[in-house]
Amino acid sequence: MKVNLVDIAHARSGDKGDTANVGVIALKPEWYPFIAEQLTLDRVRQHFHGVITGDVERFELPNLQALNFLLHGALDGGGTLSLKMDAQGKVFSTAMLRMVLDVPEDRAAVLGLPAAPAA
Amino acid sequence: MSPERIVRVASGQGFWGDWLDAPRRQVEGGPVDYLMLDYLAEVTMSILQKQKERDPAMGYARDFIGAMESVLTAVTDRGVKVIANAGGVNPVSCAHAVLEVAKAHGAQGKVKVGVVTGDDLLPRLDELLASGHALTHMETGEPLSTVRDRVLSANAYIGSTPIVEALARGANVVVTGRSTDTALTMAPLRHEFGWAADDWDKLAAGIIAGHIIECGAQCSGGNCLYDWRNIPDLANIGYPIVEAKADGTFTIVKHHNTGGRINVQSVTEQCVYEMGDPHSYITPDVVADFSTIHLAADGDNRVKVFGIKGREATDKLKVSVAYRAGYKAVGTLVYAWPDALEKAQLADRVLRERLDNMGLTFDSLLTEFVGVSSAHGPLTVRTGEAPEVQLRVGVRSPDRKTVERFTREIAPLVLNGPPSVTGFAGGRPKVEEIVAYWPALVDKTVVETRVEVLS
Repeated sequence: MKVNLVDIAHARSGDKGDTANVGVIALKPEWYPFIAEQLTLDRVRQHFHGVITGDVERFELPNLQALNFLLHGALDGGGTLSLKMDAQGKVFSTAMLRMVLDVPEDRAAVLGLPAAPAA
Repeated sequence: MSPERIVRVASGQGFWGDWLDAPRRQVEGGPVDYLMLDYLAEVTMSILQKQKERDPAMGYARDFIGAMESVLTAVTDRGVKVIANAGGVNPVSCAHAVLEVAKAHGAQGKVKVGVVTGDDLLPRLDELLASGHALTHMETGEPLSTVRDRVLSANAYIGSTPIVEALARGANVVVTGRSTDTALTMAPLRHEFGWAADDWDKLAAGIIAGHIIECGAQCSGGNCLYDWRNIPDLANIGYPIVEAKADGTFTIVKHHNTGGRINVQSVTEQCVYEMGDPHSYITPDVVADFSTIHLAADGDNRVKVFGIKGREATDKLKVSVAYRAGYKAVGTLVYAWPDALEKAQLADRVLRERLDNMGLTFDSLLTEFVGVSSAHGPLTVRTGEAPEVQLRVGVRSPDRKTVERFTREIAPLVLNGPPSVTGFAGGRPKVEEIVAYWPALVDKTVVETRVEVLS
């Protein structure tokens, strides 16, 4: 079944030069291992394909039930150079939360994950 | 010293432009020992440098003088101390302006201003480059010599030591230039608890306390995605306060009878804000490890923070250089239903064709459709027709005239482009000079800070 990341995590993003950082935080501590397993480097690279020009870095913070991603080349040069509306990467957080995850039904039941509403 | 002694550091300003009322609310709303005000963002120094070139008495954050006025009696009568990086590129003038405020309110002699200088490397830049400090760009690896003739300001990020010295010498207001945002919080804790300069875990705890409160209300319910609908009374949001103990543990709180909300989720959101490698949060004082932060609810609007580890600081300081990097302008028009997006897209094509026909070329030409995809770009999932769309076109070029010519091409579209267009009342877009940011590292040994206490 499908699970919307926005239903199981919250997030905040910011900038450092031309890099946006996105911290993704599990809404329930017991969902963190599942989110960490799903949000692999490749999955996030694929999600932001065509949105950023550089690579992605990934860090785990089990103490905060959070993951931190660095999205390089995300901000059209960043800071004052950028022509983007979101020059400071403030809403990359919810762009990340647009991700939809595929989960086997039994796994979702054990974790109590909310199913995405039918499209 | 009793291990239960508590020192309270209140955040009253998260950036230059933050809520003017926050500093006063922090000193009047309940007990605080220190008021910490952060004014400097990456490009602020260059703006201040331009102001100083026009008037040698300027070059600091003027808002701070108003803030000092609003908290003056708390400083003079109740012993609250103020620490701010409002000095920008002219901390000495900033300190004199504070003393003028004290004098005007009959409080001369009651205010001792500690001034920290030495972060400004602009006068020494050629000497540094000549002696082998290339100040290469931390991301691109280019040497600073490629933009040397366009440099406006150059400042080293300095740490807590000179602020601690100013406090030890009796200052009750400390004004710095480009000190790190986090040092403004850590320094008073180091001063009060006598933490050694190599007590890495405690210094790291002070830095992380600073990171959590340096953006003002962003850890107490502001810009908080978690359960945002139910965060109470944002109109009266309480700014955060660190209640610290000598052992390096601390609690994030806010005054009673204020709005907003402090919980594990709101503090976690701020912990990950602008985070790089969480294992190595590098500051002049210590390398803090964010993977050791533990948070626990500690009652109503209280979050306890503990377990923090740090390690020895590096032998470098970060330097923030600002340089002139050409010009930009952004033009907007609004298209209304029906077919708002199609109209905006046609206008964009027409505009681009005209720019092409004139032979204008840009380093960057970016079109965004606000109301449709400017926030999430290709990740946007569209549901239904947009009732209105703002066309937003930006250009960047080293040549001012090219950018100026672009700004003349927006308004004509109102009469000679697609229909149902409005939102042009602001007139022609403004041409802005771009002041870009060049991050570099320099050996710690070349930066000498100085402390003066004025009264």
